[in-house]
Amino acid sequence: MAPLGANEDAKTTNGSGELLSETAPMEKHPAPLTARNMFARLAGIGVLLLGVVGAFLYLGGWFSPQKLTPARFVDEFERVSGIHSGFRRNHAKGVCVRGFFDSNGQGARLSKAVAFQSGRVPVVGRFSLGGGDPHATDDLSTVRGLGLQFSLPDGEQWRTAMIDLPVFPFKDPQAFYDNLVASQRDPNTHQPDPAKGAAFLASHPETARALAIIKSHAPSSGFDNTAYYSLNAFRFVNAEGASTYVRWTLAPVQPYEAGTGASQDKNFLFDGLIASIQQHPLQWHLIMTVAQPGDPTDNATIQWPEGREQVDVGTLTLDSVESEETNPARDINFDPLVLPAGMAPSNDPLLSARSAVYSQSFTRRAGETKEPSEITPSEVRK
Amino acid sequence: MSARTTTDRQQFTGSMRFLHWLMAAMVLAMLGIGIAMVASLGDYRRLVSIHRPLGILILILVVIRFVNRRLSSLPPFPATMSPQERFAARASEALLYTLLLVQPLVGWGMLSAARYPIVLFGSLHLFPILPHSVMLYAVLRRTHTFLAYLLFLAFVAHFGAILFHALIVRDGMLSRMAPWRVRAR
Repeated sequence: MAPLGANEDAKTTNGSGELLSETAPMEKHPAPLTARNMFARLAGIGVLLLGVVGAFLYLGGWFSPQKLTPARFVDEFERVSGIHSGFRRNHAKGVCVRGFFDSNGQGARLSKAVAFQSGRVPVVGRFSLGGGDPHATDDLSTVRGLGLQFSLPDGEQWRTAMIDLPVFPFKDPQAFYDNLVASQRDPNTHQPDPAKGAAFLASHPETARALAIIKSHAPSSGFDNTAYYSLNAFRFVNAEGASTYVRWTLAPVQPYEAGTGASQDKNFLFDGLIASIQQHPLQWHLIMTVAQPGDPTDNATIQWPEGREQVDVGTLTLDSVESEETNPARDINFDPLVLPAGMAPSNDPLLSARSAVYSQSFTRRAGETKEPSEITPSEVRK
Repeated sequence: MSARTTTDRQQFTGSMRFLHWLMAAMVLAMLGIGIAMVASLGDYRRLVSIHRPLGILILILVVIRFVNRRLSSLPPFPATMSPQERFAARASEALLYTLLLVQPLVGWGMLSAARYPIVLFGSLHLFPILPHSVMLYAVLRRTHTFLAYLLFLAFVAHFGAILFHALIVRDGMLSRMAPWRVRAR
């Protein structure tokens, strides 16, 4: 290629004398462009640049306003429950706990994760109730959540966000979102439109089946005698490199007691948890259910068949409770994809979506002023 | 600028050109992954698990590249460029270097402030460089987005300028950074 531009003559005759001071020696000129040629080249440059910008915006979803994104998901939570400054957009009401996990070593044949080698690791966690209102009245039928963070000795972490439902009502993020939209309260009646709910169930038979399973488990009396489920399947990899799909359950040592529903004050579930944990440490067995080939790993609405191998891999002990205002768990995103080596996601589409939506919710609340929690530090002490 | 620019080189050194094109591909991929992943539900996990280690790799490479540049002699600007154009070229180069250094640091910093583990590969992960503060995370998270758009715009300007030189001015500007070897005239 020639070293000089077509406009070189124009520039030097314009008298910019210092122009040549740092330049390569002048050689032959390229032939001047015709006006038509020049226009075509400029147009080509314009098209290339627009193409680059367009491709970038396309990747960012700018041309697909109907596409379900993490932001639109969280917008919908906010439409349903309002924006409560500094709180999670779902499972907004909660209290924090600390404790530890004693691994018995039985999990090591499933996963090489340090969490499953024999020994103890510290845990922080958060009990919560489903819904976006951080000051909602406790109700036995509200979904109970438990988020945990296991801090492994080498700086790795395992986080999990579990709920008390043995199956999840929605098979993918779109179904979850559509149900949120369908359960939107009517501004006049302040009730969800039953016709929309029925239409959703009619078009989502897997949800109807999951709800039947869920309804066959009467809720227990408190957070402490509840079982919590991973819902989604995960892929475990052991030291030999062998993969296994598992789901896990935290099975309470505290005996099951049916909730009576005779009410009770606004925070009776949280107050019950606080009283219970202050009496004695609470314990759960961590049970891994191992899939057989052919068991669905991508659909959390379906239970695996009875009789699947169950491995008790250790005991979770929670021995102290604190208000969100004094515990770091408030500022932890219990992203189910924060996993140590040896644990990996399955192909369940909910997992990636949960990670993305939790992150969006976390980012929004992180920058907001933190309002006091319903369960205050004095509530925990009394 | 300095005497280093007034050499008889026709091209940047082989290592500079290699790093330029390698990083160009990585940074473009990174920008695309970044904007796609924040709008994605199904691909979020896969994209994030590429985004984080790739960002750290870019951070390492930009430091190597900067040192390498300081140690190398540079080809002169083409004679076609006015002092103003040269100033603009140097300023945009400085901006690109700065963004390539700062953007991964902001990403690392924001994940540190949120106490997300930054997994590179298997159990290999980075240590946090900032204290646990969600407010700090919120500020850095917004900064990361802002810098990403700025970096993208700087890239578009850079791409537009080189196309202009290559197709309109035809002053051999592109051959200075061409991945292939251009013989001295």
